Amino acid sequence: MSLVSLKNVSVTMGSQAALNNVSISIEPGEITTIVGPNGSGKTTLLRLVIGALAANSGEVIRAPGLNIGYVPQALKIDATLPMTVTRFLSLPKRHTPEDTSAALARAGAGHIAERQIMALSGGQFQRVLLARALLDQPQLLILDEPTTGLDQPGAAAFYHQIEEVRRSLGCAVLMVSHDLHVVMSASDKVICLNGHVCCHGTPEVVASAPEYRELFGTGTQGTLALYKHDHRHAHSHENCDHEHDLEAHNV
Amino acid sequence: MFDDFMIRATLAGLGLALAAAPLGCFVVWRRMAYFGDATAHAAILGVALALALNTSVFAGVLVLALLMAGIVTSLSGRGYAVDTLLGVMAHSALALGLVAVSFLQGVRVDLMAWLFGDILSVTRADLALIWGGGGLVAGLIAWRWQALLTATLNVDLAWAAGINPRREQQILTLALAVVVAVAIKVVGALLISAMLIIPAAAARPLSRTPEAMVIFAALAGGAAVLGGLQISLFADTPTGPTIIATAALIFLLSTAFGRVIRPK
Repeated sequence: MSLVSLKNVSVTMGSQAALNNVSISIEPGEITTIVGPNGSGKTTLLRLVIGALAANSGEVIRAPGLNIGYVPQALKIDATLPMTVTRFLSLPKRHTPEDTSAALARAGAGHIAERQIMALSGGQFQRVLLARALLDQPQLLILDEPTTGLDQPGAAAFYHQIEEVRRSLGCAVLMVSHDLHVVMSASDKVICLNGHVCCHGTPEVVASAPEYRELFGTGTQGTLALYKHDHRHAHSHENCDHEHDLEAHNV
Repeated sequence: MFDDFMIRATLAGLGLALAAAPLGCFVVWRRMAYFGDATAHAAILGVALALALNTSVFAGVLVLALLMAGIVTSLSGRGYAVDTLLGVMAHSALALGLVAVSFLQGVRVDLMAWLFGDILSVTRADLALIWGGGGLVAGLIAWRWQALLTATLNVDLAWAAGINPRREQQILTLALAVVVAVAIKVVGALLISAMLIIPAAAARPLSRTPEAMVIFAALAGGAAVLGGLQISLFADTPTGPTIIATAALIFLLSTAFGRVIRPK
């Protein structure tokens, strides 16, 4: 049985359609990556899956008792709220000190256990967020743009860690990402979203799909986008009416 | 032992300080200070209505505070900035309440007592209400503690864990209304949010975890009550404002102390 499945789901925000007739399913143990331009409904889709949004039409079905580990894109913690890393790991479920320190050690963050969350660097905080999400042994790990604020080697190391986690925990992973080159090669399934599902399938299938090329440019010849990292390349825009995210990340 | 008015006043103040500590921390963390003001100011209207209808003031204040909190919650996110909306609501409610009180003919209303509290006239029945209501609030927050904290950190973190942040907000709203109804006799409508915010703010520099902050807030609130009562007795000053002034002094001391032990 699928962990989560969306059937013909539509969501409108105000008068605009954010998602239109989207059907996807998340299978146990699979890494699924959602790519798409800004405003294509990626975050809306994640919020549907965690239950923060209700669909205007269609169905969202979660496996009974589904345990989700969620790593948000950013977490602004009010300066008035005192919170050590160890205390943060015990929210919302309490864990024993042994479990929390083991989780921090696994995440390579053992030395910051008693620091205040607010005093952490971006990379440290990302590790803590991931450690917290993994403490409950989730069946589904959800990551919203997890490498925002990390540099290229940091992002690559982070995705390597995600693959490790999937291997050791056997959990499914659903993530939204801008780092198309790195992330797609690590995925079992890629969903290209632009209000609707443009195309989906294995990274190779998606990368060579005409819909994907239309969104992300044909200049990289599809599959090349997976493996080759050009710093300055020309895109041809004759078929492309969307602003695409690749450019911003290739500078 | 409840015969002595000073003992009743002390117990009333301590009961309020205990309930205000956990709620006050959430008011500070979630930036609900104005929300607390609006709800507390609506209490005066509740007092006027209760006296006009000849019902319990506690019930009148509770209903009006709940109503006000409900209106503010449902209006926010409909085109007005929340602070503007709360500013309008808080001061309108206070003005409307004062106008309503002036219509009460034949009833002698000690307006000062409702605005600034009258802790020295607390009866045994008041004491039962204060500890009953305070216990209810403390119990409610203790029960929902982990969920409330998660929802305060981030709503999506809460949703992903199966916690509905809107329900947690409603629980805090209910707790706030009860505290307002309980506190009006002790510190008065104008100083209720001070009793929520100042002890919590005083606790912040000394705390490393949310739980520690609640404990320090309760200690600061309790010390303000004990100190304020004694000072007002010796200096013959109004008791409610003296308690709040003492709390402010504790806030200054703890902030200075915080700077010393943590220079950054």
